[in-house]
Amino acid sequence: MVFNVLLYTSLFVFIVGLIYRISTWFSRKIGISSRNIGKSERLTAAFKGILEVIFSAKILILIKVFILDVVFQKRILKEDFLRWAMHMLIYTGFMLLLLMHALDNHITASLFSEYYSTLNPFLFLRDFFGMMVIAGLAIAIYRRFILKVPRLKTNSMDYYAIIILVVIMISGFFLEATKITSISDFERMVKEFSDVDEEKDLRALESLWVHEFGVVSPDIKEPFEQNLLEHGREIHETNCAYCHSSPKWAFAGYALTKILNPIALSLDRAKSPNILWYIHILACFFGLAYLPFSKMFHIIASPISLLANAVMEKESSHTANIATRQVMELDACTHCGTCSLGCSAATAFDALGNENILPSEKMVSLKSLIAGRKLSPEEMKAVQEGICLCTNCDRCTVVCPVGINLKELWLNVREDLIQKGYPEPLLLSPFSFVRGLNRYNIPADEYYKPVEAAKQAVAGKFDFLIKQSPLVLHGGGIEEFNQLSRDNTFSYCFSCQNCTSICPAVCSFDKPEEALGLLPHQIMRCLGLGLVEMASGASMIWDCLTCYQCQEHCPQNVNVTDLFFQLKNIAVKNVKKASSEKELSQRHET
Amino acid sequence: MIKYALFLGCNIPARVSQYEDSSRAVLKNLGVELIEISGFNCCGYPMRNIDQKAYILSAAKNLALAEKQGLNILTLCKCCFGSLKKAEYLLKEDSNLRQDVNHTLADIGLKYEGNIAVKHFLSVLYHDVGIDAIKNRLSGSYKDLRIATHYGCHALRPSRITQFDNPIAPTIFDDLVEITGAISVDWSQKLECCGAPLTGINDDISINLTKKKVLDAKKSGADYLCTACPFCHLQFDTVQKEVASNDGDSEHLAPVLYSQLLGLCMGIDQETLGLMIDDCRLLIEKMGRSDSINHQSSINNPKPKKLLHGSKNAKK
Repeated sequence: MVFNVLLYTSLFVFIVGLIYRISTWFSRKIGISSRNIGKSERLTAAFKGILEVIFSAKILILIKVFILDVVFQKRILKEDFLRWAMHMLIYTGFMLLLLMHALDNHITASLFSEYYSTLNPFLFLRDFFGMMVIAGLAIAIYRRFILKVPRLKTNSMDYYAIIILVVIMISGFFLEATKITSISDFERMVKEFSDVDEEKDLRALESLWVHEFGVVSPDIKEPFEQNLLEHGREIHETNCAYCHSSPKWAFAGYALTKILNPIALSLDRAKSPNILWYIHILACFFGLAYLPFSKMFHIIASPISLLANAVMEKESSHTANIATRQVMELDACTHCGTCSLGCSAATAFDALGNENILPSEKMVSLKSLIAGRKLSPEEMKAVQEGICLCTNCDRCTVVCPVGINLKELWLNVREDLIQKGYPEPLLLSPFSFVRGLNRYNIPADEYYKPVEAAKQAVAGKFDFLIKQSPLVLHGGGIEEFNQLSRDNTFSYCFSCQNCTSICPAVCSFDKPEEALGLLPHQIMRCLGLGLVEMASGASMIWDCLTCYQCQEHCPQNVNVTDLFFQLKNIAVKNVKKASSEKELSQRHET
Repeated sequence: MIKYALFLGCNIPARVSQYEDSSRAVLKNLGVELIEISGFNCCGYPMRNIDQKAYILSAAKNLALAEKQGLNILTLCKCCFGSLKKAEYLLKEDSNLRQDVNHTLADIGLKYEGNIAVKHFLSVLYHDVGIDAIKNRLSGSYKDLRIATHYGCHALRPSRITQFDNPIAPTIFDDLVEITGAISVDWSQKLECCGAPLTGINDDISINLTKKKVLDAKKSGADYLCTACPFCHLQFDTVQKEVASNDGDSEHLAPVLYSQLLGLCMGIDQETLGLMIDDCRLLIEKMGRSDSINHQSSINNPKPKKLLHGSKNAKK
C-alpha cells in the first residue's frame, strides 16, 4: 500500500515534470534566433522536422548515431577511456538493475517463468550489476575529488547525482546483507513457506542456514554436528532450495554480512531490513520524481541532442527548430567539463578568474539565464565577458560527448547579450573577428550598436580633461604611469611624427585628429607628460591595426604599438573599475 | 628528418582548414615531420588588447608544452607567430614575469625556460628546408602567372623581435613564390596591413585597407594575392567577397594560400590542397608540365640527402 502510494506519486511527479521540462524547450526564448517565433510555431516546426527526418534517408543516420553514440557512447570513448568506463559502468549497471530488479514483476518475471530474485542467475546478476554501478561511482568520485581532472568543476547538481546514486546502491546492498542475516526473516519464511514444524527439524534447518546461508541466530551457533547439518540439508532440499540459491552468489551482499556479523542480531531486532527497505525505495522514488529537475534529466535530453545534431544543419534547418534545439541542449549538458578541457581560451580563466570563460560553466549560467532567473549585475557582466572571450575555434563543439552544437549556441546568445547588456571592451579586440565575418547576417544598426557602446565606455572624458586648467600632470604619482614607465621608450619621442604619417589607420581619414582623438605621436607626448588618462582615452588606440609600422619606423625606437597595447589594457581596467564603482554607489543609494 | 610541433591556432581548424590540409601535404612531401600537441590553446593574440597577463599566460602555456617535448614550434598563422614571438621575447627579457608565469604553469605540471624556437611556415620552408630542396620536389611550374605576395604585419614587424626577414625590403616570400615559376609582382602596398585586425571593431578602416591593397595588386597586374596567414586569407577571401556582393562597386582579386600554390607545382591534387575549382581555374591554366618527367621521379623516391642538408641548416 505504502509502496504503491509512493510509487504512483513519484511517477506522477516525474511525468508532470517531464512534460513541463520538455514544454520549456518550446516556450523559452534563446538568443536572437528565437525572436518573433511563437511557441506554437516552434511546436509545429518540431513535429514537421521530426516527421521529415523519420521518413527520409536520414533515419539511417539516426539509427547509426543511436547505436554508436547513445548506446556505446563512442564520443566519450574518443576523449577519455576512464570516463567512458565510468559512465558505461554506471549507466549499463543501473539500466540493467532497473529492468531486471526494480521492474522484475513486469519484465524479468514475464521473460523467465522460473524467476525468483533469490535464485541464480538473478541473485548473482543483481549483485554484479550493482557492483558495476558502485565501480562506476568509485571512478566518478576518484576523478572529481582525487585525480582532480583539470577544469572539471563540481557544482551542487553534480554532488546530487553522485549522492542519490550512492544512497540507492549502498542502501540496496545493506538491505540485502541484513536480509541474509535476519533471523526473523528466516523464521517468518519457514512459517509461511514450509511445512516444517517439529522442533528437531527446525533446529536442523536453522543450523544449516546459519552454517551455509549467513543467517545469524541468537541461540544456534557454530560448530555443528555433521549429522545435524545433513538432516538440515534434507529439509532444505525439499522446502527451500527451489527458490533459494546460496546467498554466497550475492557476493557483495554476502561479503557485507561478514562485516555485519557481530551486530547482525541487534540490527535485526532494530528492524533494519525494514528501515533500509524504506531508505532504498524512498531514494529510488525521490530520484525518479526529481529526475526531470536534476542533472539526471540528461538521460532524456542528451540522446535527443545527439540525434538532433546528427541530422540538423544551420543552413537547411528551420530557425524555430534551431532555437528549440538550443534550449534543449542546455538540458542535455551533463557538466562533464570536456569542452573546458579543450577550450582554446580557457587559459584566460587562470589569469582573469572568471569561471564563465570555461564553456562548461557558461552552460550553467546560461541555464539560469534562459530559465528567466534574474542575475545580479556582477553575474551578468561575468556571463557577458565569458561568452565574448571566445576565439570561435569550435573545439568545444567537436569534443562535446553529447553532441551539443556549442559554437552556434555561443554566437546566438552572444549577439543577444551584447545587444542588451553592458558595454563590452572585449568587442574591441580580435575576439570580434568572427562577428565581423558575419556582419552581413546581422541587421546594420544592431551590428554597430554594441561596438559603439564599448568604444564609448573606453573613451576618455576629454571635455572634462580639457576643462582642467591648468592641466594636472600626475606623472609618477599614479600607479598606471609607474607601470607604463617600465617601457619608458616614450620619453625618447621628439615628435617627428613618423609614426603618425605612416599609420594606415590615420591615413584612412581626411581629418584624422577628429576621428581618432589623439594621433600616435600625440599619445606618446601625452605619456611623456604623464597624462595617462588622456592617452588611454584616445580612440586612436582602438583603431590601431597593430601592424607595427609606427614602431618599426620610429627613429627613436619608441615602442609605439606595444605602448598602445598597455594603454588599451589600462582603459579596459578603468571600464571595469568605473562600472563596479557605479554598482556600489547605486547599492548605497538603495 | 626535421620535426616540428604544428601550431594551428584557432582560426585554421574552424575556418581555413584548406591551409592545414595543403601545408601538411606540402611539408610531408618535403620530409618535414609534424607532431600534434593536443594541449595547445589560443596563442594569446586576441587577449593582447584586454589583459597582458592573460595573453602571456596563454602564449607561455603553448611554448612550455612544446618545450616539454623538445620541439620547435611551426605556426601557419602570422598572428600566432607574432604573438608567440613577442611572448618568447618578453619571457626571456623579464625574469620576474617568467617566474610569475611559471608559478601558474606549475599547477598543470609545466615550465617554460626558453629553449625552443618559434618559426613561421614560410621561414621553415626558406631557411630549414631550403629553396633547393623544394625545387627538387617540383613536378611543374607556372607560366605567366603573376602573384602579389602579401607579407603580413605580424611576421614582419616588430622585426627586432620576429626576426622574420628584412622589414623594409623582405624577399623570402617572393623567392618562395618565384621557385614555382610564377612572377612575384612589385606593388607598393606589399607590406601594408590586410585590415583583418580591425574586422569587427572598425570595419570601415578594415575594408578600406583591404580595398586599397586589392586595387594596388590588380593595378600591378597580379592574378592572385598570395597569403600565408588565416587572418589575411579570410580578409581577402570572405570579407572581400562579402563586401563585393553587398556593397557592389569594389574590384575583386582572389587570394591563394602559398601552400596551395606550391602544392599544385608538386603535383598534389586539388582536393588534398582544398582548392575550389573556381579559385584555381587560372592556376591550372597557367601550370605548365613540360619539364615534369625529370622531377616526377623525385616525388616518388624521396632524396634523403637533400633533406639532411636541410636539417643541417635547421641546426645552425
